[in-house]
Amino acid sequence: MTEFKGVMVCAEFVNGKMSPITMELLGIGRRLADDLGEELSALLIGKEAVPFSREAIAYGGERVYLVSNSPLDSYNSDAYTEAITNVCHQVNPSIVLLGQTDMGRDLAPRLAVRLGGGLAMDCIDLAIDPQTKLMLQTRPVFGGNAYAVMITPTARPQMATVRPKTMSSLERDDSRQGEVVPLEIGIESSMIKAEIIETVKEEVLGIKLEEAEIVVTGGRGIGSVEGFDILRELAGVLGGAVGATRAACDEGLTPATMQVGQTGKIVSPNLYIAVALSGAVQHLAGCSGSKHMVVINTDPDAYIFKVAEWGIVADYKTSLPPFLEKLKELSTQ
Amino acid sequence: MNIIVCIKQVPDPEIPPAKFRIDPEGKRVMPPEGVAPVTSVFDERAMEAALQLKDKYQAKVTAVTLGASAAKSAIRHALSIGADEGVHIQHEAAGELDSFETAFVLTKAIEKIGDYSLILCGRQAADWDAGQVGSLIAENLAIPVVTVARKVDLKDSKVRVESVMQDGYRVIEAPMPALVTVSSEIGLPRLPTGMGILKASRIKITNWNVQDIGAELQGVRRSQLLRLYIPVRETKCQIIEADTVAEAACELALCLRKAKII
Ligand SMILES: Cc1cc2nc3c(=O)[nH]c(=O)nc-3n(C[C@H](O)[C@H](O)[C@H](O)COP(=O)(O)OP(=O)(O)OC[C@H]3O[C@@H](n4cnc5c(N)ncnc54)[C@H](O)[C@@H]3O)c2cc1C
Repeated sequence: MTEFKGVMVCAEFVNGKMSPITMELLGIGRRLADDLGEELSALLIGKEAVPFSREAIAYGGERVYLVSNSPLDSYNSDAYTEAITNVCHQVNPSIVLLGQTDMGRDLAPRLAVRLGGGLAMDCIDLAIDPQTKLMLQTRPVFGGNAYAVMITPTARPQMATVRPKTMSSLERDDSRQGEVVPLEIGIESSMIKAEIIETVKEEVLGIKLEEAEIVVTGGRGIGSVEGFDILRELAGVLGGAVGATRAACDEGLTPATMQVGQTGKIVSPNLYIAVALSGAVQHLAGCSGSKHMVVINTDPDAYIFKVAEWGIVADYKTSLPPFLEKLKELSTQ
Repeated sequence: MNIIVCIKQVPDPEIPPAKFRIDPEGKRVMPPEGVAPVTSVFDERAMEAALQLKDKYQAKVTAVTLGASAAKSAIRHALSIGADEGVHIQHEAAGELDSFETAFVLTKAIEKIGDYSLILCGRQAADWDAGQVGSLIAENLAIPVVTVARKVDLKDSKVRVESVMQDGYRVIEAPMPALVTVSSEIGLPRLPTGMGILKASRIKITNWNVQDIGAELQGVRRSQLLRLYIPVRETKCQIIEADTVAEAACELALCLRKAKII
């Protein structure tokens, strides 16, 4: 019988950088591996990944598997599924971690079938049970109304995707030692059934939502496309970004790329300004990591007041203009 | 062309958090009192995507659900908005199945239905939010899968999907049969018409149980639920009041400045 051992993290890259979720995965992976007394490895795929082997080690990996043959230069679900399956069959990790990202969300269930493993998606906490040595997988369910702790009793590997910004990464330490193992994985073109014809970027101008220190989010109560203008002005003055609820996106008030929440973007700014939105749990899933929250809503019973720090019960149309004026005044002082 | 849409009935996910109850011992969620269950949001959108294809190219749309007896109403609803056929795999303990078991049963049902070009599922169910079943079915059937679609269309003999990404989307083409999971970006689902409801009431829903489709569940499960709990959220909100809205708004700005947040 195969012996499954060690923790493996699937790394991701964006715009020529290792993406933050990769550091977070290495951070939690390191803790799990230490608790098991086993090795932490990182799987780096694609040409873009090549310069980052040392960095993956500096963030906690002991071994880096580097797969950089050409069909894997850019993301393709079929090719990546094939490649990761192949690597896992060689390495036999007992735990495999991916990000709850476009890539991880897409790959993880497919890999679980191919590898015969068990899978918990969108985990916000992972730990090793001291008795059973099984990985405890905590994930929000019912939109975040409840949390479930799950295990994979016998299937291997135990797989999980991890929600961005829920795990802390280690300090980068370039003196950490590790080994880089290049692997050649043959990907035949017949394995690629779904082809990517085109990748369309819909980058919003200005600061990226996920990176903004201040986020101003509007909900259904904004009521019109023009209603978002004042939110944009506010975000502009504060040097922040504008977000939206799914209801606002559904009603065509803003592009869907601005959606914050469980099935949108996860933000964790210093300040979150929630305007004309009710605070559904699925929305809070995307912003509950904010350090401070301010609410403007006409309904004093709106749930969002329960999770905020400051609020005013008011129409945004009459309250945002004086708020904005005051902010401008303060910024010149 | 035959399209199969997998739909799941769930407790209304948009109830106020105060109404949400669990039975921690039984590790179960209690259905909210007096609130009717609904078709999971993304499954509704998957149905909408199928109906858009039907409008454009003519297709036979079959709605399939795995659920307890009450789930039949989800099929009835699908028929009332334009699905042609409905299959209810009736399993009273469906709520306790894990993603692998659910996908296994649905795979068996789809194999029994047989002739299909496209399978559509929601990107995740609004109850357990597992986000696995669609991809698991595709892997079980060894057919291509494209996830989180914001648009589904046909091109030549392929399905052409716009798959949502964090900062845009990818256009992906896959040979059929294929499976696509659908996201909310596809647009709001249509509502039933009086005619639709009447027509639906005349369609006989196929009723199967897991034995009928040879879905022997022994050994399929991979996950175990250890604990279910409601996280505590502390309330500490300070509502700023003043004589006028403008004053309250200025006060709020001053608060933020004082706390050195801005
Ligand atoms: C599986 C699943 C996933 C989901 N994922 C997400 C997600 O990722 N992100 C997300 O946001 N939602 C998500 N949702 C939807 C979520 O449940 C809610 O439906 C949605 O967040 C509600 O948006 P809202 O607060 O803008 O709208 P509403 O709930 O309609 O709230 C509007 C608010 O505006 C206030 N208001 C109205 N007019 C004014 C005014 N003039 N001035 C001030 N206040 C005003 C009202 O008092 C009300 O509180 C998901 C749902 C499900 C089931």
